[in-house]
Amino acid sequence: MSFWQSIMGRRKPVQANLDALFGLPGAAITLQTAAGFNATGVGSVCYREAEGAAFAQTQADVVSLLNADEGPDVERSVDEYGYTWLVTRQDPSDMSGLVTDLHAVNTTLEAQGFGPGLLCSLVGFTDASGRRLGLVYLYKQGTFYPFAPLDGQRRDNVLEIQIRDLLAKELPIEPQLQRWMPVWGAPGL
Amino acid sequence: MSRTRFIKDSGLTARMTLVMFLLGALFVALVVAVMYVLPPQYAPIIGVIGLGIAWFQWYNSDTIALKAMRARVVTPEEAPELHGMIDRLCAMADMPKPRVGISYTDLPNAFATGRSPNRSVVCVTTGILDRLTAEELEGVLAHELSHVAHRDVLVMTLASSAGIVAGMLTRGAQYGAIFGRRGNDNNGAGAVGFLIALVISLIVYAVSFLLTRLLSRYRELSADRAGAYLTQKPSALASALTKITGEIAAIPNRDLRASQSMNAFFIAPAISGATMQTLTSTHPSLEQRLEQLAKVAADLGRPLDGGFPSPGFDR
Repeated sequence: MSFWQSIMGRRKPVQANLDALFGLPGAAITLQTAAGFNATGVGSVCYREAEGAAFAQTQADVVSLLNADEGPDVERSVDEYGYTWLVTRQDPSDMSGLVTDLHAVNTTLEAQGFGPGLLCSLVGFTDASGRRLGLVYLYKQGTFYPFAPLDGQRRDNVLEIQIRDLLAKELPIEPQLQRWMPVWGAPGL
Repeated sequence: MSRTRFIKDSGLTARMTLVMFLLGALFVALVVAVMYVLPPQYAPIIGVIGLGIAWFQWYNSDTIALKAMRARVVTPEEAPELHGMIDRLCAMADMPKPRVGISYTDLPNAFATGRSPNRSVVCVTTGILDRLTAEELEGVLAHELSHVAHRDVLVMTLASSAGIVAGMLTRGAQYGAIFGRRGNDNNGAGAVGFLIALVISLIVYAVSFLLTRLLSRYRELSADRAGAYLTQKPSALASALTKITGEIAAIPNRDLRASQSMNAFFIAPAISGATMQTLTSTHPSLEQRLEQLAKVAADLGRPLDGGFPSPGFDR
C-alpha cells in the first residue's frame, strides 16, 4: 500500500496472490522422498464470508463445481473465528488434482470480487509415525509456512524449521516467523 | 484478472484533501503573520517549542495513550482469542501485527495509537470485551487496524500542530503584552505588535480546532469503510457501533472526564450531550456511520456482471 493511499485514508483491500500454489506438487515429492511425509489427499481453503446474496450464490457455485467430479463431496465448516473452511479430498497420489480444486475455489471467489476475503489454504501431510504436518499458504503474502500441531495446542517447532529448510528451494517460504500463525483444529489436518 | 468490489468514495477523499490543504495553508499563514508582526527573536523559539510538543506527543503516542488509559500490553498466552482475531485480520490486510493492549475499565471502547504501523498498539477495554460478540469485536478491531494502516496518529498530529503552535503563541503573546509594557523604551509599538499576534493566534487556534475536528470525523468514516471491507461484514461493525454508543449514552458521567483527552483516538466519543456537536465532535454521528456502512453492504451484495451465471438461480 502506498504512503499516499494511507495518508488519504483510502486503503484498498489487498488482493490475493495465487501464483505460488502450483509449486505444491513438486514440494510434495520432496517431502515424500526427503522427509518421509506423504500427502493425505486433503486440502482446505479458509476464507471470510461476505454479507449479501452475491457471496452466497458464489459459494454455492464453488461447491457445486467441486462436487461435479466423482470423488467425495466438499465439506464446509465455520471455525470459532468466523472463517469458513472448504475441505476437498482427492486421491493422496493426485496432488495436482488437489491443487486444481483449491485453485478453482480461489479463482471463482476472485472472479466475483471476493479475493480480499481469502485467508489461507492448507494441505495436509503425515508420516509413518503419525506426525501431522500442514503446509499453509498465505494468500496475501503469497508464501507458505509449515504448521505441525502436537496434542494440546503445542506445535513441533523443530519439525517446522526442518521443513522450512527442506522446502526453501521449492516454495516461497514466509520469512517472518511471526506470520506463521497456528491454525488449531483446522479441518483437513 | 482479479476484480474488486471496493468502490472509491471520491467525495470523502476530496473533502479530506480540502481540509488537509486548508490546515496546511493555515499553518503557513500563521508562520508568515507571526514573522511579520513579532520581534524576530521570540517567534522561532515559541514555534520550535510548539512543534517539539507535537513531535513528542506523536513519538510517544503509544506509551502516553496506554498510561492515560491505564492499559497493559497483553501476550498471546494471556489473551489468545483477541490475538488470534488480530493475527487473522492482519494476515488478510497484509499489515504488520500491532501490539495488543487491554484497559481494565468498564467504559466500552477501543483505540489504536503509535507513531508508525510497526510501533502501534491496538487497545480494547474490558467493557467492550464484555459487551460485544466475537463478530462485532472483530469489526471494531478491523476499524482500529485501519486507523493504524492509515497512520491516523501521524496525520492528526500534523493536523493539530498548527493549533498547538497557535496555542503556544497565544501564551507567549500574553506574556509579551504584559512584560512588554513596562521596561521597554518604545513600549507602544511593542505592545501593539504582541496584541496583534495574540489576536492572530487566537483566530488560527479557533479555525484549526474546527478543521482538525472535521478531519478527525473524515478519518473515522474512512476507517469504518476500510474496516468493513476488510471483514466483509459491515453490519457487524454497525451493530457494534450501535451497542457502544447506546451504552455510552446510558452510562452516567462518573468516569467520563478522566478519559476526555483521549477522545480523538477512540472508536466512539466518550462524551454524551449535544452542544455544538456537529462542529466540534471528533467522531461522525451514528446515523452517518450507519448510512455509510449500509452503502458498503450494498456494494458487497451486488452481483458483478449484472447477474450470476448459474443454472439454479431464477430471476
